[in-house]
Amino acid sequence: MRRPAADASPVDRLIASHRLRPIELLPWVIAVAAYFVFPDYLPLGSQVLIMILFALSLDLVLGYGGIVTLGQSAFFGVGAYAAGIYSVHVSGEPLSGLVVAAIAAAVVGVISGLVILRTTGLTLLMLTLAVTSLLEATANHADFLTGGADGLQGMTINPILGRFEFDMFGRTAYVYSLVVLFLGWLLLRRLVHAPFGQSLIGIRENVTRMHAIGTPVRQRLLTAYTISAAVAGVAGGLLAQTTQFVGLTVLGFERSGAVVIMLVLGGAGRLYGAFIGAALYMIAQDQIAEVDPVFWDFWIGLLLVLVVLFARGGVLGLCDKLLLVVRRRR
Amino acid sequence: MFAATISILFLGIAYGMVLYIISVGLSVTMGLLGFVNLAHGVFAMAGGYVTVTLMNQYGVPFGFALLAAFIIVAAISVVLERTLYARLYGAGELEQVLFTIGLVFMSVAIVRKLWGPLPQPFHVPHVLDGQINLGFRSFPTYRTFLIGVSVLLILTLWLGIERTAFGARLRAAVDNRRMAESLGINTGRLFSLTFALGSGLAAFGGGLGADILAIDPGYAFEYLVYFLMVVAVGGLGSIKGPFVAAMLLGIGDTACKYLVPQLGSFFIYLAMIALLLWRPAGLFGRA
Repeated sequence: MRRPAADASPVDRLIASHRLRPIELLPWVIAVAAYFVFPDYLPLGSQVLIMILFALSLDLVLGYGGIVTLGQSAFFGVGAYAAGIYSVHVSGEPLSGLVVAAIAAAVVGVISGLVILRTTGLTLLMLTLAVTSLLEATANHADFLTGGADGLQGMTINPILGRFEFDMFGRTAYVYSLVVLFLGWLLLRRLVHAPFGQSLIGIRENVTRMHAIGTPVRQRLLTAYTISAAVAGVAGGLLAQTTQFVGLTVLGFERSGAVVIMLVLGGAGRLYGAFIGAALYMIAQDQIAEVDPVFWDFWIGLLLVLVVLFARGGVLGLCDKLLLVVRRRR
Repeated sequence: MFAATISILFLGIAYGMVLYIISVGLSVTMGLLGFVNLAHGVFAMAGGYVTVTLMNQYGVPFGFALLAAFIIVAAISVVLERTLYARLYGAGELEQVLFTIGLVFMSVAIVRKLWGPLPQPFHVPHVLDGQINLGFRSFPTYRTFLIGVSVLLILTLWLGIERTAFGARLRAAVDNRRMAESLGINTGRLFSLTFALGSGLAAFGGGLGADILAIDPGYAFEYLVYFLMVVAVGGLGSIKGPFVAAMLLGIGDTACKYLVPQLGSFFIYLAMIALLLWRPAGLFGRA
């Protein structure tokens, strides 16, 4: 974050933080360049983009709102199943499929949010886990609809806008995921810089004071929770459409845990942590976990412990500290 | 019908006892310092592995194996508490959650490396094999033994907390930590001791219930929701609340799995959510 001049008024500061800085375009340059430089890795690339969108959705509630949740995969999974079932039973049109995914996840978000956000701390955490488990059990037993443990079979996805067909090299899937991620980023960037996002930060930092100045805290959190659920649902829908398969793992605890880890490794509460964290995690996992999954679990655990003890703020937090040191030297 | 009800109650109580012994330490840790320790299940898992390994490989009797599990895990947990946990007492909830999840990941990997991915075979000792006649009907001996030991243990625990000086200090610190410190109670040492006791109990419970909660590398994640449920429904910091919650959960879960095997866990989660809607702070929690 660039430090504003000391004499700037609060309004100027808010406007300055909203203005697009050149460095914010860096992820997009890299993403577009990756399309041309690594044509063999496009399927992995789409997965990375999808996980970035998922991590972004988590950043809104966890990074900005301070809601410690371990159940974000509930919305990812609902979105994936909604998009999948829609394509099997209604239509293979992908864009309307994403809308269906977003709506389904948002509905689950509102309902579960009404319950979950009444509590705090350990109880809240446990409820987020329980909602995910509840949905997983439901998906497992409703096998006439979801395919149960075998996964949802028989998805066909039509060409996007009737023109761009999904190819076996994953080119269309990559571009499609990239465009959706870009739109999701625009929405979330807009939100977190708006008064809405600022009030979320306020709630994270000091709930009591936000209550005292008249912020409708629970309603604000519920709104954020629902928007976040919808974005996570879109990410899930994207995964379903680009892989043309939905399995029970979309709802699993592992996915919730992994996305929290990605966000924290990158840096929570700053939008771009999701980009760095998800990309690093997915690429490292692709390289290491295939060879030795046990080894992977151990190092990811150790990394988490070290980040918490020594590098709160993740990779971006470390970058900030480095920058500060460099500036002081000058 | 009557026989089935008795069986469900019996199995459910045994299950609930194990859940309570494992979870009670977590409740006290939460109440004392508000520390969200998601790695609590690791101590139960470690206890299970120590017990099973001692019994299967070294022929140690069940009772001694359980004691060894209690002592070893309590000792390890104190070291962890002093060197790592203590650094995060003032930290935010997210940090504590991440840190303890990191510990779970590491321990799962270590356990898988050392013992392999398969569940550990648990052979009920010969004395506890078969059925025992309790006058009006016979019950499985192992589970009867389990309930008996648990009841003794829980009564000792409750008496200890109600009647000893240590228990009085502990209750004072849970009620009001600052006031307790002002009165000269060394809450840091008190917490280390309590942490060790809670972890040791979890290890004991993990070993004792090895036949009910299977000992495998996924243990710490698989049953985490159950341990958290016991604590959240019982009420943070309460000693007796989690007992009621554990009994409800044990009996409810057993009944659901018996009556509607397809949707067993589904109803349990639903009931728990409804209960927390009614009382967000848990049954015995202070709002």
